[in-house]
Amino acid sequence: MTDLAVSAPTASDRPAIGPGIHMTERAAKRLKARYAAERRFRLIGLSAILFSLLALVLLLGNIVSNGFTAFRQTHIRLNVEFSAQHIAPAGTTDFNTIMQGNYGGIILAALQERFPEVQSRGERRRLQALISAGAEPQLARMVAENPALIGTRAEVWLPASSDIDMFVKEQVDTKAPEEERRVKDNQVRWIDALKADGDLELQFNTRFFTGADSREPELVGILGGVVGSIYTLLVCLAVSFPLGIMAAIYLEEFAPKNRFTEIIEVNINNLAAVPSIVYGLLGLAVFIGFFGLPRSAPFVGGLVLALMSLPVIIIAARAALRAVPPSIRHAALGVGASPLQAVMHHVLPLAMPGILTGTIIAMAHALGETAPLLMIGMVAFIVDIPATPVDAATVLPVQIFMWADSPERGFVEKTSAAIIVLLVFLLLMNLTAILLRKKFERRW
Amino acid sequence: MQTAMAKAEPRTVEAEIKLSAKNVDVFYGEKQALRKVSLDIPARSVTALIGPSGCGKSTFLRCLNRMNDTIRDCRVTGEIRLDDLDIYASKVDVVQLRARVGMVFQKPNPFPKSIYENVAYGPRIHGLAETREHLDHIVETALQQAGLWKEVGNRLNDSGTSLSGGQQQRLCIARAIAVAPEVILMDEPCSALDPIATAHIEELIDELRQQYTIVIVTHSMQQAARVSQKTAFFHLGNLVETDDTKVIFTNPKDERTMGYITGRFG
Repeated sequence: MTDLAVSAPTASDRPAIGPGIHMTERAAKRLKARYAAERRFRLIGLSAILFSLLALVLLLGNIVSNGFTAFRQTHIRLNVEFSAQHIAPAGTTDFNTIMQGNYGGIILAALQERFPEVQSRGERRRLQALISAGAEPQLARMVAENPALIGTRAEVWLPASSDIDMFVKEQVDTKAPEEERRVKDNQVRWIDALKADGDLELQFNTRFFTGADSREPELVGILGGVVGSIYTLLVCLAVSFPLGIMAAIYLEEFAPKNRFTEIIEVNINNLAAVPSIVYGLLGLAVFIGFFGLPRSAPFVGGLVLALMSLPVIIIAARAALRAVPPSIRHAALGVGASPLQAVMHHVLPLAMPGILTGTIIAMAHALGETAPLLMIGMVAFIVDIPATPVDAATVLPVQIFMWADSPERGFVEKTSAAIIVLLVFLLLMNLTAILLRKKFERRW
Repeated sequence: MQTAMAKAEPRTVEAEIKLSAKNVDVFYGEKQALRKVSLDIPARSVTALIGPSGCGKSTFLRCLNRMNDTIRDCRVTGEIRLDDLDIYASKVDVVQLRARVGMVFQKPNPFPKSIYENVAYGPRIHGLAETREHLDHIVETALQQAGLWKEVGNRLNDSGTSLSGGQQQRLCIARAIAVAPEVILMDEPCSALDPIATAHIEELIDELRQQYTIVIVTHSMQQAARVSQKTAFFHLGNLVETDDTKVIFTNPKDERTMGYITGRFG
């Protein structure tokens, strides 16, 4: 007990608080420690930013390096004879007859003409495998548009098959032994011969931006997903934006503060945190099950995403409304504006930049949402570009998901390319948000 | 202070009463902010409400155009008449009342719009102007009355928030005048302004009382003495004393009034 009392610092050990206390050695030490702590903190912050930048660069670098090759596609030039024997007698204009022609035979004939040494059945099949299955409908459409082609010859660029495309782009191991390669030695010889004559080229992949989904990786296009996404987002925006703003205005400016509105408030905050797949189940049960709306449709997808975005928009809009100084409301009420006029003429326009920011963030979130759309059947394989919001469609992120799931080597680059397209759309949306905000801020 | 008081004109005995409060009680939730206040406010003169912070003078002012309605849990009992209209009667239209009883706030609060739009907003929502020319005329007249036309007449499209503090407050007065009110309530209109801007506003108030009934809440006793004809002294939610300004400042009847105006508390 006494030992303790002795070892404990007594009042006389502590420096007296008084003038000069900030000039002592201990004060200098404290000051040094403080500066060191600040430097340490700055260093940690800087390394955190560097780390996230590095992660971002790695991610983007990986996606771009994987994806940019998909924007170019291997094409092969063939001298094709549109022989009447394979299609229909010259002079035929009937669409169905022309579309039913044997264009595979035409392509094979052109290939054999180019490589006359090919005789055996097996070699012939390999020769035919150079050209994509999509070449046949391409030729058929050409003839259907211009029936006068029947009986004539033409130089045509046709898409190469995915295996050839991958080989030319060196995305597969070109040095592996023949039995491990999908492109065999004789095919390599043909490719080299075509290349030497300038009959094999990497051309800009227009099909990727104008087509829809396909089983063949060399034939897929992103437009179906883009159009589906646009329809879905438009429906989502048209539903959630007005509803969200009206709910926010009512709750913030007019609703009485009581137990009931408190419960509503808590529920809105909770809804913002509900996992998105739950909204998908809800959409499936209510919109498709109960109301009988069509499956796989952007309209239903938009409704589901609207439910998901609503709480986010309401919360953002309420925060923006609350940030408008009360003096503005008083000023408007003071000259005899009704509460509704005060809100509509003064408070809402001032809150608009904040509301728009929240809405665009919610929309960007909705654009990248996949799980709830799987629930309502937007994961279907659809080769048509949707013409209306009630047609079956898929959306960009689901398209990415489906391609990423496909086993063919050719889908790897398409998946990354689709991600690039999705990111470009996100950047465009954020740009729009910034521009809109700038415009509104200038007005006020 | 003596010379300033000399400027204030004596009130005529048979003055017309514009606003009349009888036994007004105000509660914020459980807390009572005003107790049995009865006060007559004469037409076309300036009535000053003075008293220490929290005495209820601003609360009383806000009762006069029912701005207290915007505060949750605020309850007003008693009777306030504007001419013959009981303003707390259930059939009274608050929007119309506030058009008749305008208000200028403590901090200048112009809308973040152009000077023109600030003044034109009131006439526009009340549909006072039929044509664009008529509206232009109303805006110009209001700005002239507020003594602001010379300074801003050539830049009506500038933002109202780009003006100086004193100009902003005069813009707010112009905004109130533009609606052609009968009464203008001012809640410490000079507390955020420098002495020169304050002098401007005080001159303006003195001119405006030719046409309007003005009720002003002020913390400055000098200001009350300079601009008002009648003064009411509030303390702890009670109306302690009310009389001609001259009488209040020279010969108050109540101890507390005496204490306040001589600076012993407040």
